Amino acid sequence: MSADQHGAERTIRCLVAKVGLDGHDRGAHVISRAFRDAGFEVIYSGLHNTPDEVVRAVVQEDVDVLGISILSGAHGTLVPKIVEGLKEFGAFEDTLILVGGTIPEDDVTELKELGVAEVFGPGTPVSETIEFIRTNAPER
Amino acid sequence: MSDLVEELLDGDHRALARVITTVENRSPGYREIVADLYQHTGHADVIGITGPPGAGKSTLVDKLTKAYRDRGETVGVIGIDPASPFTGGAVLGDRVRMTSTIGDMDVFVRSMSARGSLGGLSAATSDAVKALDAFGKDKVIIETVGAGQNEIDIVRTADTVAVLVPPGSGDAIQMLKAGILEIGDIFVVNKADMSGVDRLVRDLREMIELNGQRIGSVQASHEDPEDLHWTPQIIETVATEAQGIEELVEVIDEHSSFLDESGLRREKERTRMAEELRTLLREDVGQLLEAEIQSRGGIETVIEAVLDKETDPYTLADELIGPIRDCFEEAQGELSRPED
Repeated sequence: MSADQHGAERTIRCLVAKVGLDGHDRGAHVISRAFRDAGFEVIYSGLHNTPDEVVRAVVQEDVDVLGISILSGAHGTLVPKIVEGLKEFGAFEDTLILVGGTIPEDDVTELKELGVAEVFGPGTPVSETIEFIRTNAPER
Repeated sequence: MSDLVEELLDGDHRALARVITTVENRSPGYREIVADLYQHTGHADVIGITGPPGAGKSTLVDKLTKAYRDRGETVGVIGIDPASPFTGGAVLGDRVRMTSTIGDMDVFVRSMSARGSLGGLSAATSDAVKALDAFGKDKVIIETVGAGQNEIDIVRTADTVAVLVPPGSGDAIQMLKAGILEIGDIFVVNKADMSGVDRLVRDLREMIELNGQRIGSVQASHEDPEDLHWTPQIIETVATEAQGIEELVEVIDEHSSFLDESGLRREKERTRMAEELRTLLREDVGQLLEAEIQSRGGIETVIEAVLDKETDPYTLADELIGPIRDCFEEAQGELSRPED
């Protein structure tokens, strides 16, 4: 309730998901905490999520933003599966998809063509990501 | 009926999710949605799981969900976590533990922020329960915010309340205190592989005996304790190992039958509805007042006169509610006045 009273700004809901087999979740924790401090509601779904699980979480939680953290290099396999799943549930159009982690330059274009809105590499200031979300979170 | 509700009743997961968002945000049209849902509710067993942070609530909910799924029942889960009092933000982490039913679409898990509510639930929790109920879930499990001693809203929303009490929760003195230990229909001593369990169980048992006829139900003023009395049960579990879950499921079933046989379910519903109606009315009147405040330039402006000691809070409140009271009294007058 109190969040609603802070003016007309609506609450942005984000899912922070770690897919694949890498177990490095420090980044996801830092991001989750920073999003919280930015006033977002962050659903953190833990390590080793499968693409199906991420899709299910996006649908059930009805999030505005999906942040996928990948450090394993498997983004080329995992992200398309997630995008496909989201389309299946009709959730692709109004979900802002972000990818964070170690993504080679060449792959960034490919991910964006797939429907990822932005890719944030190592060293990105968290404030930049937050600002991007505030500007680009889909209108409902 | 709105399209969204129709899609929900048709079994569309995304519509269900959207409905919950709409009621949670109190977005335009949410009241019509809840009104439409209402007649489709009343089938689900609503189970509340509460207890201190780190007691193992999420893990227990996960295992409980699995047990119901193994019986072929569908499950909705609402996990509530606290919101920051400073930014309104929240980290909702209950999903992390819910891994036993991965990929099972018949388990619908929704994380909610408490959004400033202090009773362990959020203002929209009961409406979200209605959505899951209307969707056709057999069981709806609510996991409260990590609760201390006084977060007891769950007792008004759930049919059966399980309070988790991990070993190390304090001595018999803690058991004398009012609050959360009064609302348990079932006490779950989780992490029962740790030391101190025997002692804790003994203390709990003593507490239950002491409370005798009073504890165990919201409505405890019955004349006939034999028929209408539920003695809270103590179950030992190790949620991470799924130990004790079968027993827990059994006791929840027993309590559910007890509610039906004793007529307590009906009575609980009555209390719940009364409470809900009061809440709604408070919200409505609050909105009328909010509009009045806005028309006077907003709360900041209005309060300025109080800070300058030109007026005081009581006089100001009287002034603000005046127009509403006048309307109301006028309407009441018209009602009681005989026809001319």
